Amino acid sequence: MKLVLTTEQQELRQAVRGFLAAASPLPAVRAAMESEGGHDPEVYRRINGELGLSGLIVPEEHGGSGAGYAELAVVLEETGAALLPGPFLATTLAAILLRETGDKELLPGIADGTTVATVVLDGNRALNGAEADVVLSIDGDRVRALRGGERTALTTLDPTRRQALVEPGGDVVAASAEGVARARDLFAVAVAAEQLGVLRASLEAIVAYGKVRVAFNRFIGSYQGVKHRLADMHCKLEQAESIVRHAAWAADEAPEELASAAALAQVYVGRACFEVARDSLLLHGGIGFTWEHDAHLFYKRAKADEVLLGPPRIHRARLADLLEL
Amino acid sequence: MDLEDYRQRARAWLEANAPGDRPEGAPDESGVAAAKAFMAKLYDAGYSGITWPQQWGGQGLTQAEERAFAAEAARFTLPTYVFSIGLGMCGPTLVDLGTDEQRGRFIRPLLRGEEIWCQLFSEPGAGSDVAALQTRATATDGGWVVDGQKVWTSVAQHADWGLLLTRTDVEVPKHKGLTMFVVDMHAPGVTVRPLRDMTGRAHFNEIFFDGVHIPAENLVGQVGDGWSCAVTTLLHERLSISSGVGMGGQKDNPVAFDALRTTVDTGDPVVRDQLVELYVRSRALALFNQRLAQETKAGIFPGARGSAAKLLLAELTMFQADLATSLAGPEAVAHPAEGGYGGGLANAISLAPAMALGGGTNEIMRNIVGERVLNLPPEPRTDKNVPFKDLKTSGGLPS
Repeated sequence: MKLVLTTEQQELRQAVRGFLAAASPLPAVRAAMESEGGHDPEVYRRINGELGLSGLIVPEEHGGSGAGYAELAVVLEETGAALLPGPFLATTLAAILLRETGDKELLPGIADGTTVATVVLDGNRALNGAEADVVLSIDGDRVRALRGGERTALTTLDPTRRQALVEPGGDVVAASAEGVARARDLFAVAVAAEQLGVLRASLEAIVAYGKVRVAFNRFIGSYQGVKHRLADMHCKLEQAESIVRHAAWAADEAPEELASAAALAQVYVGRACFEVARDSLLLHGGIGFTWEHDAHLFYKRAKADEVLLGPPRIHRARLADLLEL
Repeated sequence: MDLEDYRQRARAWLEANAPGDRPEGAPDESGVAAAKAFMAKLYDAGYSGITWPQQWGGQGLTQAEERAFAAEAARFTLPTYVFSIGLGMCGPTLVDLGTDEQRGRFIRPLLRGEEIWCQLFSEPGAGSDVAALQTRATATDGGWVVDGQKVWTSVAQHADWGLLLTRTDVEVPKHKGLTMFVVDMHAPGVTVRPLRDMTGRAHFNEIFFDGVHIPAENLVGQVGDGWSCAVTTLLHERLSISSGVGMGGQKDNPVAFDALRTTVDTGDPVVRDQLVELYVRSRALALFNQRLAQETKAGIFPGARGSAAKLLLAELTMFQADLATSLAGPEAVAHPAEGGYGGGLANAISLAPAMALGGGTNEIMRNIVGERVLNLPPEPRTDKNVPFKDLKTSGGLPS
């Protein structure tokens, strides 16, 4: 079991973190979310080009770098922490599904950044469904792909990432019962990695505020009423990170452990992420309730992520089944 | 020898040598004798002090071997309770801070179970605020004389040696006038009295020091540097508690997930979901502890993050005992004289608060995580720059 990042993974983290801090800081996130397309195409050109993130997990023979899910988790933690707007997660979920089911046709376009893809989730919803070039849907053990089709934009709680109602169907591009099952677990791991980033950034924001905000002639972080809640939030971060590293390791190295590790990741990290984002907002006081402050963006992303793959109870029920309770 | 060989040899050894009975917390004299005999076998087989320096009697191996052995040992309940303070706290402190003479004298007998150790920090007036302690050590010819009282001392009734924190200077601020010693628990003037706790048993003791002489060579670290020595011990304490060193596994714990799943009705969806919650909390902490262990091996010292693990363990301990008794219902609180299932649950709910109090309360753990991990500003302190003799005590001002 590998729960600690390798030197290469730490370098990947620094590269993505440094890039996003410079190219997509929170003021740029706000500008992007209010723009017509919902994201900054220039940022995506550089993410896909300079950093090669669109091809990160695409096998080398299809033009990607063939990295593992542990590397993907490192990247998603950073895009989550930065609240990166746009279809990065959508295309990543599509890449996971295609890689696991052995597609050859669509992966090269995803790897080189020319194809924006998404996957139909429950209720014909899809992340970034209005702007995706290709909509993938799971039909039994087959994967179908549709270019075009009906797209109806939805109004989302989370202003940093869009969703749409889409039409499932199209040509069968790959088929594998095992691949589809694995892909569903890997979606849970990928979302949990993003949630870990949202959790971490929410905690960092309120810890920083606790060191500068003064009330009653003291920094608010010095009060035990605040400090003890931040300590509890840190405990959630430590456990969430451990669970995500384990799930990503299982995805790469221990397929027999993946299903339960993935269900655990959604059950624990999904809830912890929302709770920390909520408490971060609350501890900011009234300013946290304003549109201008960023706390609500993290709060809304956390809630959107918590229910992205279905109501949280389905993950708890799946975990109970896997534990044979 | 590769790791898999090591693991298989450890398994074979444990199957041949681990005793079958579950030890009931602090053992009596015959239990201690049996525990010592087991510890000697464990040491002679090379499984005590796996990562400790070879020079002082350890095996000089890595965390990988330690973890491999711990993974095998988790299937057994080993009678290591009376050695847990020495192995988890006193020994590591001496390895870090002791003189070569002290390491040479004390480490090997500690690892072999020939000598039992206790830790003497807390006092009736110095619990969370341990630097407020008042036990005095006064310099004398060839050493020191100690007078005072300690409390909450686990396994002291069996201990041969104690790691003792004393006040050697009342003219300087509280943290600056402390000094650490090794004290002989059999020395004249040491009185050990068991304290009956809420479980009805005596898990710990109160200790009285009445003119106890300590030779100069038993000084640990420097005179006046006792606080930083104590911080070293407490770091080891929290890490050892959270990682379960010498604490036995969850194997025989009737309120842990593995036991509970066999005793409750998981056909009830509410019960089933409550068990999922227990699994999630248990697994989250287990993975965090494994990550800390891997980081330690990679050279990242967890430091104050061990306090987060200890806090989480305290909360999990309370949660699972609370859940198990609630799931069981009336039989958890009224059981036949011979104990049985209900007796196990009653014991668990009685014992549960211990983890949230011993080794630092949950509130102290949260202060440590807040101030040393998150670097939040401290509470304003009125006691840091004042000579100790001028500070308040709980009974009023010292005379």
